[in-house]
Amino acid sequence: MKYYMAKISDKGTVAVDDTILVKDELSCAGSHILDGYKPLFSAEAVERLIAKGYEIAGKTHVGEFGLDLVGEFSYYNELSSGESLKGSAAELVKSGEVKAALGVDMNGSTRRAAALSDVSFLKPTYGTVSRYGVISCAASGEQVGVYAKTADDIAEIMTVIAGNDTKDGTSLREQSYTYDCNEDIKGYKVCIVKELFDKADDKTKANLTAYAESLKTQGVEVDLISLDFADNANTAWQILMCAETCNNVSRYDGVKFGHRSENYRNIDELYVNSRTEGFNFLTKTVILYGSDVLSKHRYADCYDKALRVRRQVADKMKELFSNYDAVLTPACTKTEYAQYDIKDAFTKVFDESVFTAIPNLIGTPALVTNGVQLMGSHFSESKLLSIAKKSERTGE
Amino acid sequence: MAYELVIGLETHVELNTKSKIFCSCGGHSSPIEPNDCVCPACSGMPGMLPVMNKKVVELAATAGLMLNCEINRYTTFDKKNYYYPDLPCAYQITQLNHPICVNGLVKVKTAQGERDIRIKQIHMEEDAGKLVHGGNSSFVDFNRTSVPLIEIVTQPDFRSPEEVVTYLGKLKSMFKSTGISECEEGAMRCDVNISVREEGTEEFGVRTEIKNMASFEAIDRAIRYEAQRHMDALEFGTEELVQETRRFDDVTGKTSAMRNKETEADYRYFPDPNLMPIVIDDEWLEQIKANKPVALDEKAEAYSEMGISDKEIAMLMSEHTVAKLLDDVIALGCNGKDAAAWILTDCAGILRKAGLKLKDLAITADGLSFLIKKVEEGKLNRGAAKKTLIAVIEQGADPVQYCDEQGFLVEVDNSMIESVIDKAIESNPQAVADYKSGKEKALMAIFGACMKELKGSGDPSTIRTMLIEKLKN
Ligand SMILES: [Zn+2]
Repeated sequence: MKYYMAKISDKGTVAVDDTILVKDELSCAGSHILDGYKPLFSAEAVERLIAKGYEIAGKTHVGEFGLDLVGEFSYYNELSSGESLKGSAAELVKSGEVKAALGVDMNGSTRRAAALSDVSFLKPTYGTVSRYGVISCAASGEQVGVYAKTADDIAEIMTVIAGNDTKDGTSLREQSYTYDCNEDIKGYKVCIVKELFDKADDKTKANLTAYAESLKTQGVEVDLISLDFADNANTAWQILMCAETCNNVSRYDGVKFGHRSENYRNIDELYVNSRTEGFNFLTKTVILYGSDVLSKHRYADCYDKALRVRRQVADKMKELFSNYDAVLTPACTKTEYAQYDIKDAFTKVFDESVFTAIPNLIGTPALVTNGVQLMGSHFSESKLLSIAKKSERTGE
Repeated sequence: MAYELVIGLETHVELNTKSKIFCSCGGHSSPIEPNDCVCPACSGMPGMLPVMNKKVVELAATAGLMLNCEINRYTTFDKKNYYYPDLPCAYQITQLNHPICVNGLVKVKTAQGERDIRIKQIHMEEDAGKLVHGGNSSFVDFNRTSVPLIEIVTQPDFRSPEEVVTYLGKLKSMFKSTGISECEEGAMRCDVNISVREEGTEEFGVRTEIKNMASFEAIDRAIRYEAQRHMDALEFGTEELVQETRRFDDVTGKTSAMRNKETEADYRYFPDPNLMPIVIDDEWLEQIKANKPVALDEKAEAYSEMGISDKEIAMLMSEHTVAKLLDDVIALGCNGKDAAAWILTDCAGILRKAGLKLKDLAITADGLSFLIKKVEEGKLNRGAAKKTLIAVIEQGADPVQYCDEQGFLVEVDNSMIESVIDKAIESNPQAVADYKSGKEKALMAIFGACMKELKGSGDPSTIRTMLIEKLKN
């Protein structure tokens, strides 16, 4: 296994995942369909890092379009039987070769990878980091985030990459943001979501309980609450995510760039064969679901309903965040990655995304640290980073 | 049996902007070479995001105001999905649920009378590219992708091909004259929805749609052909009409059904998450209204209200500079009808004699309004004004200076004129008596005496009016 899709510099301190474009470097989003694609421009986040003197170490592998659990199904780096999870941005950060890495959080694979690799990952508030130069799938919920070992390192990189970008119509107006990891967390109120806690295995539960205990010693109040809409929120996000992904990857047709089948006699066969060969089983499943929920006869019951659920979840979470500084949940059910067949991937990802979907659905920030997830209200990154910093494991 | 045609139109108009709708590539000004005017965004490369061109919103709203539409203050974009090699993203960004303009109205005047055509909506969208076929291959030219369009959708309110062509002509002159669109060849494309019903019935007949026609002539022919086909089917049962999409063949002059595959697609529309809803607030709308140019059409109406004849309006419409001169002269306080006569009768006559065209008329608005006003005030007689115009047109003289040099201007002293009139009445008792007994011609003798006494100064029509007033006593 290898970390890099494209190695750029030995002196680099920040790596970026393969869904983020770097000018003239292979940028394929882990998919065969984008074979050989080298973009003409870099992502805004990358440009900002370079402008501040950060050198880019290279492009790290991702699962095809970031759709899988933790990056296991890359066309260029597929795990073979018996291998553990290696080669991801999270593992690269863990190895210490780079200080930080950028990853696109679209359906939780970055947060799950961080949890399994025991590094931190911040998925910031939607609209704070430009999506210009991100190989987009689910435009309404994806966001560039940062992997690092410490809250301070995340804050440092976020300060560089966040802020308004006129090239992204969804970019918020603020020119810059400050991230403070040293807020006084004494007196913070954190809640654990019972329904999500119950879904995790014993090891994960034990880890989360221990984390909650350590927060208490910092003077943080911890409650157990019920969040009855977590499953519905996840379903809504999976519907929107599939629909938007289906639409966004429809441009990969073998006509303009990337993989083109050698086997075609007309334009229809060129499309069908290029796409059949170019996408993996999981992407194809997502495309089919996405097509279905957008079709005339299903739109009202699926896509439109998901949009309504999104608004309701946003309202309910706003209410919850008015009582709590953060919501504490597992990031995934297990503490270790176990191999499985790609034919099961869609269901597996669906099930695991119940932990990660709400921040994608409503654009709120989430921070994975010490194998757990902290969710906060919009622009509460400093709170989350401060909590994480106080409980960072010492002696590493 | 008598039949009635029912027609609705969807008209795509290319907007005249400096850049494309969602990227900064040059917009309308057509590049020479294929794919000259293309960037990663409008060629569908990953990582690029659409960024709204504000000018498109303003032009679309302006078009809506011209067609008497309501402007939606909240307007959103949707994605329309379909695969075609000229569509780089495999979706088109358009507006489905919240179009920018709704509920407009256009009056269409033909020999059969005037009809109100209701505009259902106007929406903004991006154009697709172009396929060029050659030999065994096809080539894609993305120059036109993401060029901004508006689509103007009418209600089924047309009843004849003449009305359709008149409406399209009206749109074309409206948009071209105001710079909303260049309206060049192919920049205005139409889909025509057509059905036929028995005259007097309310229910619509089976509707067919003829897609993508660019020339008015083709549209006219297609409608006539299709209407006849429908009527033959209804009258003689020549075929069974089905709701379908058809294309018109320019060579054969016939329409034929398109393949189902091309027509029965599910476009899987959904709101575009990359483009935030556009909110047009009061301030912006006022600004758009304030900047709205006056369309030729509205101008013609305004001229007509001033009492300018249809023939004169037609002349003014054909020469922008002349219409501009008239507008300026009116703005300087002259009567529109009189000013139009000065330009289109007096000036035009002199120009013609000098072998010049109306568009060659070189007189400033200030100069012309000076002459018109002096004549009105009676300080310059018409003959002298005409001599001045000849000097202006033939020798490039300055009207004010010329009148001055020639001593044309007279200070009119009304009491002096009055005394001249009194004197003339006194010295022509027979003519006065004849006039009072009903012989109108007798007036000329008294009037002539006045003019002789005044030696040509003073405005004849004023003097005449004054004389008639006096004679009433
Ligand atoms: Zn462009």
